[in-house]
Amino acid sequence: MAKTAIERVRMARANNRPTGKDYIDNLFEGFFELHGDRQFGDDPAIVGGVAFLEGRPVTVVAIEKGHGVRERMSRNFGAPNPEGYRKAMRLMRQAEKFGRPVVCFVDTSGAYCGIEAEERGQGEAIAQSITTMLSLRVPALSLLIGEGGSGGALALAAGDEVWMLENAIYSVISPEGCASILWKDASRAADAAESLRLTAEDALGFGVVERVIPEKELGRESFYQSLKEALSGKITELAALDPDERLQKRAERFRKIGAY
Amino acid sequence: MDFLRFLYKPKNELEKGGRQSAPVTVGEGEITKPCPNCHNQIPLSQLWENAHCCPICDHHFRMTSRQRLHYLVDRDSFTELFEDVRTKDVLSFPGYQKKLETTENACGEKEGVVCGEALINGEPCALFVMEPYFMMGSMGAAVGEKITRLFDYATERGLPVLGFTVSGGARMQEGIISLMQMAKTSGAALRHSQAGLFYAAVLTDPTTGGVTASFAMEGDVILAEPGATIGFAGARVIEQTTRRKLPQGFQKADFLLKHGFVDAIVPRKQQRETLSMLLRMHKGGEGRG
Repeated sequence: MAKTAIERVRMARANNRPTGKDYIDNLFEGFFELHGDRQFGDDPAIVGGVAFLEGRPVTVVAIEKGHGVRERMSRNFGAPNPEGYRKAMRLMRQAEKFGRPVVCFVDTSGAYCGIEAEERGQGEAIAQSITTMLSLRVPALSLLIGEGGSGGALALAAGDEVWMLENAIYSVISPEGCASILWKDASRAADAAESLRLTAEDALGFGVVERVIPEKELGRESFYQSLKEALSGKITELAALDPDERLQKRAERFRKIGAY
Repeated sequence: MDFLRFLYKPKNELEKGGRQSAPVTVGEGEITKPCPNCHNQIPLSQLWENAHCCPICDHHFRMTSRQRLHYLVDRDSFTELFEDVRTKDVLSFPGYQKKLETTENACGEKEGVVCGEALINGEPCALFVMEPYFMMGSMGAAVGEKITRLFDYATERGLPVLGFTVSGGARMQEGIISLMQMAKTSGAALRHSQAGLFYAAVLTDPTTGGVTASFAMEGDVILAEPGATIGFAGARVIEQTTRRKLPQGFQKADFLLKHGFVDAIVPRKQQRETLSMLLRMHKGGEGRG
């Protein structure tokens, strides 16, 4: 039987779900992590670096939630601060310099909302991250692997294609937030989840993502193997395009969403 | 003992003599509006004469997009663009269609932004002015589409863009489609920028959420109106999440200036002069290769 929207939300948030680092470890070889935004600090909620994908060097950026309470706390529950997005931008520009494709893994309930995050320009960081990704002259792919929470997720999902796990969600606001604003009742999250159309099938239908990855074998070797082949194939395909053509297609991808 | 008063420091508002009485005179039968800051009753006629700023405390009243255009652009120079772009209830979101209809009737605008081309002190520009009275300028597909078209229009014609933002953020009744408008508008602003054209954003009260995290923060020059609230996350949400007391003046225009996210705070009455000067300054210099 088909799962309800709120069941999908729970699955997307589940503790035992593979996180960004699991994908990095299983899809790439020789990942070398690069730290810091060179301006303020190093955000533990965003992991980035260089690795090989079937022998091809790529830049990898992942929002990392962590497993278990302690690691989740140390990762700020996968809620990035501005310096996280600035680190991502630094690594993407570096990828561009060396002609490396960029692969992003997105899994966040949203960019961190805190006093210092605002002081350091959370809005500006997200805006610049979107623009940076839209302007990258190398291929850029994003995978929504769990929660795709609003601008904090979009900041790393403005590339040539966005893929989404079967039970990942992508939404402008959390169902709880939506219910409490619209109906002053956070307990109506299930209704909000339904109304927001936040499932992978919805996103595919709206042209917001290009591909939905089945989760039947989620976390198993076969899962990563087929995902690796799909990623590698897509990057080969994107890399064959002329950069200007690729950039134009990327722009059109967003230009047509909600057009009249 | 009045002459000894200078020795005495008032401890509170009451000791200062309480709230100052209004130096404005209200004519008989005149309609007034209370100032949200100093609480004086201000005659509407004086508000209009004063660019919708309080004549006593200079509080910048919220105003409609049409009122703003009235003060800003040269008389009869404004040509509206894309006025027929309207949103669709693509998600069939509960209550949204009805909300759109009642909002349109009450506000008189068809969507949350007005776009067009105009002259400011004789300087041509494309401009968009967001509408606070249309669902608090929230960005759905129509707002995103209009702003995107405006940037593309300006790019094709080599025009600078001025953008006045006021927004509660993305319009949640349009779900993921509204989120995508952040990337869509950013793409258009990027094309405009890559063509070497000038874009100034003027952030007015309030500018938050998805608008702050997209075209509001992408200006070559970013200005703010005095006292405007500007931020990504809402103050109440931050308070609830962090369980910390927010500092004085948090997310106000001065706070953003101090932290380096706006270039200047420009009072409404100076905006015409400032913006037309900036337009002249960015006409492209002899240094361009």
